[in-house]
Amino acid sequence: MQSMAIAELEEMARRCRVEICRMTHRAKAGHPGGSLSEIDILCALYGVRLRVDASNPKWSDRDRFILSKGHASPGMYALLAEMGFISHEDLESYRVLGGVCQGHVDMKWTPGVDFSAGSLGMGLSFGIGCALAARMDESERTIYVMIGDGELQEGAVWEAAMAARHHELGNLKVFLDRNNIQNDDFCDMQMRMFDITAKWLAFDWAVKEIEGHDMAAIVDGIAWLDSITDRPAIIIANTVKGKGVSFMENNPAFHGAPPTDEQLQQAMNELGVNA
Amino acid sequence: MSEMAATRDGYGDALLDISADKRVVVLEADLGKSTKSLHFRKAHPERTVSCGIGEQNMMLIGAGLASSGYIPFASTFAIFTERGFEQMRNGIARPNLAVHICGSHGGTHTGTDGSSAQSIEDLAIYRTLPNVVVIHPCDVVSTRELTKQLVELKSPSYMRTARNKTPIVHSGREDEIKIGKGIVLKDGNDVVIIACGVLVHEAMKAAEELESQGISAAVIDMHTLKPLDNALIDEFSEKCGCIVTAEDHSIIGGLGSAVAEYTSGKKPVPIERIGVKDRFGESGEAQQMLDLLNLSSPHIVEAGKRAVARKA
Repeated sequence: MQSMAIAELEEMARRCRVEICRMTHRAKAGHPGGSLSEIDILCALYGVRLRVDASNPKWSDRDRFILSKGHASPGMYALLAEMGFISHEDLESYRVLGGVCQGHVDMKWTPGVDFSAGSLGMGLSFGIGCALAARMDESERTIYVMIGDGELQEGAVWEAAMAARHHELGNLKVFLDRNNIQNDDFCDMQMRMFDITAKWLAFDWAVKEIEGHDMAAIVDGIAWLDSITDRPAIIIANTVKGKGVSFMENNPAFHGAPPTDEQLQQAMNELGVNA
Repeated sequence: MSEMAATRDGYGDALLDISADKRVVVLEADLGKSTKSLHFRKAHPERTVSCGIGEQNMMLIGAGLASSGYIPFASTFAIFTERGFEQMRNGIARPNLAVHICGSHGGTHTGTDGSSAQSIEDLAIYRTLPNVVVIHPCDVVSTRELTKQLVELKSPSYMRTARNKTPIVHSGREDEIKIGKGIVLKDGNDVVIIACGVLVHEAMKAAEELESQGISAAVIDMHTLKPLDNALIDEFSEKCGCIVTAEDHSIIGGLGSAVAEYTSGKKPVPIERIGVKDRFGESGEAQQMLDLLNLSSPHIVEAGKRAVARKA
């Protein structure tokens, strides 16, 4: 049963990767690299854990998922289409005037989006507010936040890290998409962050490192997050930017650039799509 | 002599007034003793969130709470709210989440702390944000009333309060105080002085002096800069034929700019603007600052005479 579920999640992630490439190609813009690095985690979270209802996206007691790295919106939209929050046709509106799928994820535009992102270093703070609200409501709902590694260079992330621990937010869970690349170059070229695990441990969070494209490890990691109840917890997921499309993998050029016609064709071939 | 009180105390009292509403939560950034949210904290620690000295984080914690059905009131010094401007823009204003920011110790009137603490641009920057209501009350009575009304506001707000005491001008007028509605404190025919915050009382003094010199001056407390009470401006612009604006804020972007922007698109009349003329302040007592920066009543009187002289 477990292996079936894993296989289903992997298949869903493959379909999402296809859509990520198609969306960015169609829009001639967008962020495929970080969408491909995050997508396995997103699929696992929604597939096995997140308590949400596509027929009632504003259900007040739903779990929250806050994509702080809001530029990686194609991944989010592909997933929301899989989960039935939006239609597959909606994916064609990515970055199109009046479209449901805005350039960066936006709670005002897209059913199933809980946070209007775009500027880095904001989602974790917003998640603290959601987690405090859940506690005041005496609700069991859980708040999940995904942040990027380049994003850690924003100082406000550390304001939030300190505050979440101070307030003992055991209902706040974070995924760090550690793909080692940011807009201009590799993170280590832009601003070295050294031992990220040590940094979160120094803020007295619960910390676990996993392989971010191993679906079984991700599912286990989600269960580990649930086991932490006295403090905020973070999974540092080692990922590959552009994962699943060979020429995008670990390539800073595809942080914020779409595939060309030929590159899309190659990506489709690699992802098992017969054009 | 009028009774004196600080508008920040009106904010603190109002938080207690509205605390029966369990949706109300208070966010602090280590300045609750100063902004006066401390009274709420003492009464309702379970609904008070300490954000430490971290204003950017505080803004967005407010946004998260608002998205979950709470009504957050977050306060710090006006100048420190500006550190969280991008959070205010993208995290609060853009999704139109009803988070209410109070910036105390605004303006040069804040005094001896010096120029670093004297925010003179807050009203301008928040006025540029869609969805955000911008308020700068003049006395403790209106601050308390306007703060209470924020509970029913479905959009975010920024309110500036003052550190130092100002004369109470609205005692007994609570029913007239409404967000978005200017208050006519004195009628007049020759010139209308539209003021906000700590300069409202200076405007009243100036109007008295103008009367003694044969000029009939109306005074409006325009406590809400956005949305601006356009109908009231139309009425008095038509009647008086010229306008003086007065604010303890940069001459760029605040109340004077708002009034000029509006009237320039309608039926323009001469406007003389009293405000800080594109410079920073310095350490000094509140009244010394108003005098130094040409904001006090004698300067408003002169502006009134200039405005009248410019009428065709």
